[in-house]
Amino acid sequence: MLTYIIRRLLYSIPVLVATSFLIFTFVSITGDPLGRLRSNPNITAEQIHSIEHSKNLDKPVIVRYGYWIRDAVTKQFGTTLFGNRKIWPDLRRVMGHTLQFILSAIIISAILGIAIGVYSALRQYSLFDYTATTLSFVGFATPVFWLALMLQVLMVQIFLKWNVRVFYTSGLSSSVNAGHGFHFLLDRVQHLALPVIALCALSTATYSRFMRASMLEVLNSDYVRTARAKGLIERRVIMRHAFRNALIPLITVIAIDFGALFAGAIVTETIFTLDGMGFYFVNSLFASDPYPVMAWLMVVATMVIIFNLIADILYGVFDPRIRYE
Amino acid sequence: MTPPEGPAGPSEELTYQYGLEIEARSQWAYARRRFLRHRLATTSLVILLLIFGAGLFANYLAPYQYQEINLNALSAKPSLHHLFGTDSAGRDSLSRVLYGIRTSARVGVLVGILSTVIGTIVGGLAGYYGGWADNLLMRVTDLFLTLPLLAVLLVAAKYLGHSTPTKLALLLAFLIWTQIARIVRGSFLSLREKEYVEAAKAAGAGDLRIMLRHMLPNTIGPIVVSATLTIGTAILLEAVLSFLGFGIEPPTPALGALLNEGQDQGIDKWWLVTFPGVVIVVIVLCINFVGDGMRDALDPTQRRVRT
Repeated sequence: MLTYIIRRLLYSIPVLVATSFLIFTFVSITGDPLGRLRSNPNITAEQIHSIEHSKNLDKPVIVRYGYWIRDAVTKQFGTTLFGNRKIWPDLRRVMGHTLQFILSAIIISAILGIAIGVYSALRQYSLFDYTATTLSFVGFATPVFWLALMLQVLMVQIFLKWNVRVFYTSGLSSSVNAGHGFHFLLDRVQHLALPVIALCALSTATYSRFMRASMLEVLNSDYVRTARAKGLIERRVIMRHAFRNALIPLITVIAIDFGALFAGAIVTETIFTLDGMGFYFVNSLFASDPYPVMAWLMVVATMVIIFNLIADILYGVFDPRIRYE
Repeated sequence: MTPPEGPAGPSEELTYQYGLEIEARSQWAYARRRFLRHRLATTSLVILLLIFGAGLFANYLAPYQYQEINLNALSAKPSLHHLFGTDSAGRDSLSRVLYGIRTSARVGVLVGILSTVIGTIVGGLAGYYGGWADNLLMRVTDLFLTLPLLAVLLVAAKYLGHSTPTKLALLLAFLIWTQIARIVRGSFLSLREKEYVEAAKAAGAGDLRIMLRHMLPNTIGPIVVSATLTIGTAILLEAVLSFLGFGIEPPTPALGALLNEGQDQGIDKWWLVTFPGVVIVVIVLCINFVGDGMRDALDPTQRRVRT
């Protein structure tokens, strides 16, 4: 097992290097950070040239990639192109918020999705099963950003009609000093509830569909028939024999979904103005600043790779049929 | 007239005798029958055609021009005059949604066609010849798996700047054809080993003929299904890009751009953000159901029909 983990970690190094090169060339080719300055008639070509020279923008891409890698490794991604702001402290702060946000979404959707999927499979073709299936199809077709908007609309309408504030529609807390203890917690929940719901909907739909299919497959398998035939009570057959085996494929689904949740975070954080990675990414992009964008992509790629590794290890832990040499 | 006794099944004589004819059915006819018996898929197809038709004929159907300003009805709630209400400039929201459907549908269909063509060609070649081209394709698609698609799209869309529907469709197609390429590759990889391909090779058929006459028709099911589903994906992606301000720019109405405007004008005007979103959900829902129906219909091994 340990050798497997080490080998996977070693293997991910070339993947990360290739990804970093891809990210750097992609972002450099697609964006001209000085575009806005160039179209400004008050700035002369010489001034642009001197800026380009001082920021090394006149060098070929491969040379700039070298500089960038050096900065990324030795200076924690260096500074932004405009304003010379250090990237890492900002990125670390928003990363904390977003990981809280995404992990709570994964946990909530996994619990909900597993419960719905298992119950649907046990009561196949029941009213509950049909309702859950229909809702999950609607979930697949609903853009996350629109769901977020609709939740905001709902809260605003409730506030306008009855003057009750159930959940807040923007920000992380109502004031800089949000209090502490229970008040802080309640305030945080009131702020995070809507974005988490918006982020959970699609994942819950996905997980519940997979869980239903996987549970149905396991329930029709030979070892479940054997368990029933030897006279085990149904409860034990389902919990010990069926459920645990049905859970295994879901690990992969959740691991793949992890990357997709960052896309969800881009949208929800922008709508709810949360100080997270998604909001940071969109703002850096609007500012045409390539370096925070590259750092962001690099950090997300690393996290996705790590998460996939964790999923593979968990797979081996839960499924004794899989052996890592 | 009672049917004559005899062996079961129509014989040529009997069919002539009773004026019956045996209708030769092609694979497509079978597929069409199976699809039409799939009630949910058929209903979805009808709804989808109605919505897309409404978008196509927006200039006849829309009660107002999408740029027409009515100063007597600024930010009006939905009423008989303005079924979907108006925005802060007094523009009729229903008319804007109809024109928005046209833009979004155009982007969706264009992406569906383009990415299918690119994906089929690249995936087919990679699957058939294997080797370095196959390796390259798989490694590149693997790399893209580590990055969230939306983030990559946003960076690329930022570069395009003020987007027209065609430009945006090209961009989307350029980034999502890999999914279809993977499907076609997988299918070609397994078909390559089939006996009939070997037979064709023995008969002296060229590579191109084998690919086009023998392998492509046997992959057409998954290709058509994923092309359909790609249209839905493209409409969702167009909506989110336009909503974030990186997609289609005003004044061209697109469903995502309308939601962006609606949010800018204040979330208390609920009608501006509700209706365009409902239309997106209904379109994508119908596309997914149609795709599901096609998957069942185009699978020749499946004779039983779900009703």
